[in-house]
Amino acid sequence: MLDIEGIRRDFPILQQQVNGHRLVYLDSAATTQKPRQVIDALVRYYETSNANIHRGIHTLAQRATDQYEDTRKKVACFMGARNAQDIVFTRNATEAINLVAYAWGDAFIGEGDEIVLTQMEHHSNIVPWQLLAHRTGAVLRFVDLQPDGTLDMDSFRALIGERTKLVSIVHMSNVLGTINPVAELAEIAHAHGAKFLLDAAQSIPHLPFSVEETGADFVAFSAHKMLGPTGVGVLWAGPGLLDEMPPFLGGGDMIAIVREEGSTWADVPYKFEAGTPNIADVVAFGAAIDYLQDLGMPEVRAHELQLTSYAMDRMETVPGLAFHGPRNPELRGGVVSFEVPGIHPHDMATIADSHGVAIRAGHHCAQLLMRKLGAPATSRASFSVYNDEDDVEVLLESIEHARKVFA
Amino acid sequence: MAELFDDLYRELILDHYRQPRNHGELPDAPIHVEGVNPVCGDEIHIDLDVADGSVKDVSFWGQGCSISQSSASMLTERVKGRPLAEVARVTGKVRAMLIDGALPDNDLGDLEALEGVAKLPVRVKCALLCWNVLEQGLREAATTA
Repeated sequence: MLDIEGIRRDFPILQQQVNGHRLVYLDSAATTQKPRQVIDALVRYYETSNANIHRGIHTLAQRATDQYEDTRKKVACFMGARNAQDIVFTRNATEAINLVAYAWGDAFIGEGDEIVLTQMEHHSNIVPWQLLAHRTGAVLRFVDLQPDGTLDMDSFRALIGERTKLVSIVHMSNVLGTINPVAELAEIAHAHGAKFLLDAAQSIPHLPFSVEETGADFVAFSAHKMLGPTGVGVLWAGPGLLDEMPPFLGGGDMIAIVREEGSTWADVPYKFEAGTPNIADVVAFGAAIDYLQDLGMPEVRAHELQLTSYAMDRMETVPGLAFHGPRNPELRGGVVSFEVPGIHPHDMATIADSHGVAIRAGHHCAQLLMRKLGAPATSRASFSVYNDEDDVEVLLESIEHARKVFA
Repeated sequence: MAELFDDLYRELILDHYRQPRNHGELPDAPIHVEGVNPVCGDEIHIDLDVADGSVKDVSFWGQGCSISQSSASMLTERVKGRPLAEVARVTGKVRAMLIDGALPDNDLGDLEALEGVAKLPVRVKCALLCWNVLEQGLREAATTA
């Protein structure tokens, strides 16, 4: 059991009032709040260790480099990766996917090759592949969904074939909450000789995660959705894959020898980290991982499962309220998209805000899915370790208020 | 916040949202324009008939929040049958009210009810969408005339 009261005290931002009410932050799928430990790590870095990394001889340069590389080891440990050198720091999950699309895609994808995606992907796992298809003449295929918001596995098996070179799928949907059966998907992809990319931006922050169990060849996620700072993403690639890929961005820190006629590249992962990286935020990301590790990811999942279950039970009492995604909380993460009849999600979000409740309203960067759902927009409440049943009750009050206004 | 909130969801706005005026297609209108707000998915279509320097007829339809749809409903009521110079003047005043927080005057009629939107910057684009679409339609009318 998590001590939610104690956890809340660690998050300075939650100590404020919004529009005269206690802030109830239910938008963690967009970005989570940051505990004091992360904020302190960021400040401490600038106050005690700031220097450029990987090239200085002086004490601070060594200190900064050690702290930056420590986070790489922590990330590896957190996701169950054997080798920290298989981890590349990017700006965000979007850049991690783009890195694969450009560096791996341009080298290994050709005309007529097929890339299998699903209808529940975030734009970050659609648009990079559309750009790649445009460059190479590759073809995109989209796996259909079942009415309950889970993947249609028959559709997946029918789409994958000889020409499939890559399957790129979200682990947990940011709209439906659906948790996809990634190990099974990866196995089918590999049986057809395709690589498997896992967009884990919504899952790694909320579930015990072992990269080996997923069977993925590439994993992308973001620090800011897991209590860490903005501006840091992670790409993990399976053994040897980064070595096979040409660089993505060129510049300092990613080279071995530069001559007028050409250059040779640094070893991985540095080959993919051109220029001065976001050192301070990577260091602070390490503190976010420590924080989650201290809570324990099985406990985090258990808490969010219980809270999601509670929220769905309570919201179901609102007349006409409809959920998207699986009704069984075991099949989903702590993301609840809903619609209240006669109330547009933006009006819902504005009225919720007047109660101090932060929810998301809109298409959630998943327009393919919204078209499939036949909803131009939904309201979405998403949970993290600092939320509890009281937060759900305040959300319910705001829904009741909205129903009165639009009665 | 209660005050801010009451300002936003005034009865007049809800009335236009529930019972939109001039709603639906105008099959014979020479101009059809549409606009979407890509951030939120709000969508406004306007059918427009401009003749002899006036908005002869206008209608709208679309989907979106109460602010975007009621603004469009009020727009059609305010500009229908009015000379283009007046439409331009009213459009300018609506923009000034929503963007700069200028005080509305009698010229705006029901549109005055949108005054509270100016205090919620994230919702201003909802109210402005139909006005942008109208201006696009008037430009098309000017070039096809």
